[in-house]
Amino acid sequence: MNAGAATLAAVQVVVMVVVSPLLVGLMRQVRARLEGRVGAGVLQPWRDLRKLAIKETLRAAGTGRVSAVGPLVLVVSGLLVCVLIPLVGAVPFVSLPDDLFVVVSVLLVGTVALALVGLDAGTAFGGMGSSRHMTIAALVEPTVLVAVYALSIPVGSSALSRIVVARIDDPASVASPVSLLALVALVIAVVAETGRLPVDNPSTHLELTMIHEAMVIESSGRDLGWLELGSWLRLGALLGLLGSLLVPWGVAQDASVAAVLIGVVTLVLKLAALGSVLAAAEVFVAKLRLFRVPELLAGSFVLAFLAVTASYLVVQAG
Amino acid sequence: MTQVEVGLWAQLVLALATVSIAVLARPALRARLAGSAAAALGVAGAVTGVIALTGGQGRLVIPLALPVDPVVLSPTPLGGFFMVVAGAVGAVAAVYAIGYVHGPSASSTSWAAFATFLLGMQLVPGAADAVSFLLAWELMAAASTVLVLTEHRERIEVRSAALWYAVMTHLSFLLILIGFAVLSAAGHGTSFAAMSHVDPESAGASIAFVLLVLGFATKAGIVPMHVWLPRAHPAAPSHVSAVMSAAMVKMGVYGVLLVVLQLLPAGRPWWGLVLLALGTVSALYGILQASVATDLKRLLAYSTTENVGLMFLAIGTGVLLRAYAVVGPAEVAAGTTLLLVASHAAFKTTLFLGAGSVLHATGVRDLDRLGGLGKRMPTTAAAFGIGALGAAALPITCGFVAEWALLQSLIHGARPEDRLVAVVMPLAVAVVALTAGLALMTFVKAYGIAFLARPRGPEAGVAHEGPASMRVALVVSAVVVVGLGLLPGVMARAVVRAVGLGGIDVFGVSGLGLPGVGAALDPVALTGLTLLVAVSVLVVTWRMARRRPPRPVELAWGGGGVRVSPRMQYTATSYAEPLSRVFDDALRPERDLEITHAGESRYLVERVQFRQQLEDVVEVRAYAPGVRLVDRIGLAARRLQNGSIHRYLGYSFVALIAVLIVVSL
Repeated sequence: MNAGAATLAAVQVVVMVVVSPLLVGLMRQVRARLEGRVGAGVLQPWRDLRKLAIKETLRAAGTGRVSAVGPLVLVVSGLLVCVLIPLVGAVPFVSLPDDLFVVVSVLLVGTVALALVGLDAGTAFGGMGSSRHMTIAALVEPTVLVAVYALSIPVGSSALSRIVVARIDDPASVASPVSLLALVALVIAVVAETGRLPVDNPSTHLELTMIHEAMVIESSGRDLGWLELGSWLRLGALLGLLGSLLVPWGVAQDASVAAVLIGVVTLVLKLAALGSVLAAAEVFVAKLRLFRVPELLAGSFVLAFLAVTASYLVVQAG
Repeated sequence: MTQVEVGLWAQLVLALATVSIAVLARPALRARLAGSAAAALGVAGAVTGVIALTGGQGRLVIPLALPVDPVVLSPTPLGGFFMVVAGAVGAVAAVYAIGYVHGPSASSTSWAAFATFLLGMQLVPGAADAVSFLLAWELMAAASTVLVLTEHRERIEVRSAALWYAVMTHLSFLLILIGFAVLSAAGHGTSFAAMSHVDPESAGASIAFVLLVLGFATKAGIVPMHVWLPRAHPAAPSHVSAVMSAAMVKMGVYGVLLVVLQLLPAGRPWWGLVLLALGTVSALYGILQASVATDLKRLLAYSTTENVGLMFLAIGTGVLLRAYAVVGPAEVAAGTTLLLVASHAAFKTTLFLGAGSVLHATGVRDLDRLGGLGKRMPTTAAAFGIGALGAAALPITCGFVAEWALLQSLIHGARPEDRLVAVVMPLAVAVVALTAGLALMTFVKAYGIAFLARPRGPEAGVAHEGPASMRVALVVSAVVVVGLGLLPGVMARAVVRAVGLGGIDVFGVSGLGLPGVGAALDPVALTGLTLLVAVSVLVVTWRMARRRPPRPVELAWGGGGVRVSPRMQYTATSYAEPLSRVFDDALRPERDLEITHAGESRYLVERVQFRQQLEDVVEVRAYAPGVRLVDRIGLAARRLQNGSIHRYLGYSFVALIAVLIVVSL
């Protein structure tokens, strides 16, 4: 059991490291084509990473260890999330259940590392991005926890792999109103958490509207490379998790070669589909004013809360 | 004499010794001697607590000269647990104080009060009847009031803080006194054993419950009785605020646990709801105020309100679920309270001692004037960082473990049959989640603004690390934060079993298993996996760094400009600005914007003046009218005393006549 879990975890990490930059490239490409541009190609993020890896790293005088360690913490937290959540396969470690609260807290460690990197250089933009980033992170958390609470009720466990396996066994539960409400809430939370439109514009160059870009503005070279890879890993992992919850089929339940192969292929397909849909949707929405974002998040929280209460009422009726 | 009795005697003797040293020792030696003795007093308390927790029995009877029952000290396992917390925090703070005290806090009064305070606090959980409990409680309250007053000559605001504290703490004393009186009348005896025979369904039990919970909540800093906390903590010297916040407010939690576990164990459902309501409101309000606070110690004080709110929430969940016969999660919730207590004691000690080091080094508590302390005070920065991780409930600290267990008990608590519970539990999950999110932001702000970036004021630029005893205490408390976070299992199981609860088991190396709700967490496995993953990243980074080491430049990208003034950095106020706008309706900040135009033009601005003030809404709305009323009564009563000797003689005459009439009736 543990050997299988280890194999699957290793496969998951490798696949996610390779695929996440490609996913970002695909999303940029889809957006470029829809806007009538040629686009840089799906491989551009990988080229960027290679460039950043060989460029010299400049650090502002006076920055401390946080600027050096923060990017690494972000990447490690992203990788750890890829290990823990059910993407290719839903086989948890025996001694380390893929508990939802643990996964969220690992993600939050990355969030905090990024926010501290933003503050360390001591510029106005870094602080601004960091402050906005943490405000949004604080407001997203209730939605995330309550939404997955709703999904966990039918299973009676907050272990993500058990939730996914239960969905494979009972496909009707995927389309139940409770599940749909919770998933819509979760989508909004993921959009906010990964800094996509309408919460943050990933391709903005106007400093006053930036959140993510403002925090990394002082980083360069491999620091920036790690920060970018870490953010992409988070995006990939969260979209992958949505994919596993929305379309649970194809997720491997053992570590046999065939199951893993199917798992990898379906994961890539799910990511590509979700990424394209998200990118296409982004073409049609404008960025929200920062102080309208809490309204969006409050709305998503209401959906998640409805999902929880509905699940108790629906169970009672049935 | 049993071991527990020896331990109790040792505490009394050591307290007396500390007081004598404080009074007799030469000023040059006072801090070292009294500090060591006070630390020994704390250790004695902790050891006695451990013995009581592991089943040690003992009964110390101290006859009084007063015509009341003798003082009886006989710690139960639950009391033993709180004695460990109080003793351990006291010992660490005493060691810290050796290097920290200066000026008025190094006086013999201050040291004597500190020892008395520690003794009172360690004896509260040892009391076996209401009278002894109240005596120890009052000892703790009076000594801590003296300690809050320590710097009353240096800072004017200390006096009003001490006044608020004295009034609130005696209000709490009064409520508890009446509560115990009601219970002992119903149970025919002042001992806790007699009181536990009271029928929880009776009206007297409910009245006593409300009074006792209100009294204990006042001491614990629960909203709306929290007003003394954000005043007293910044006013007191830092080692005292650490003990007050990490240990003394826990005595309020102990009191509530005493009521719901020992005195009135089969509570009614609405008792749970009352506790839950108090807890959720405090958690949210506390962390919201903390997130916008700029005074470092005020921020920590509000965060204490938040954490105690979470403890009340956990107790309330336990009582509510037990009343609805949801056994597993109810036990987990009650056990989680103890986890929350231990973890808060650890990280809040670290944070307050860290804040004390910052204050010691710079003389300012205002975050807006700090910055860049990480390089000048590496030990403090590391310890404060670990404490902040604990307060933000991130792995692998004890705060994370405790909040994880709390969430597990909440999400498994609801049953579709009970609609009330089915609505209350998701709300509680949401509150805990929002609290955790805001705590994250609060402590990123506290750490990031104080320790990162460049100094915002001249004081921060010349900061230096404190003496060795301060650093040792900081490191010890930070190690406990991580230790309890890495290996919580064995200790948690032992404690929970000793106090007669179940629901917590050991999982993995020394992780936490919750068989009642089917969840498990092994922080060691999580850490191991993290290291495994991190190795690859570190190897890649190391190879890249060897090829091209990073180059520091004065002007990196500069955010598009020159890094002119440190005042252009984000401050604590600006960091919390988005949040204070989002929660405008709850916080009600006072804002003034004054724009002076140049000449006739509306477009040319000569001067912009912006002022923002955040006051505690509860204090302004709920307390101000009451304080005004008392003031008015006081002014009216002053007319009785106009200084005329004739009038005073007249009063005596009237009083004498009245007494004679009463006697003759």
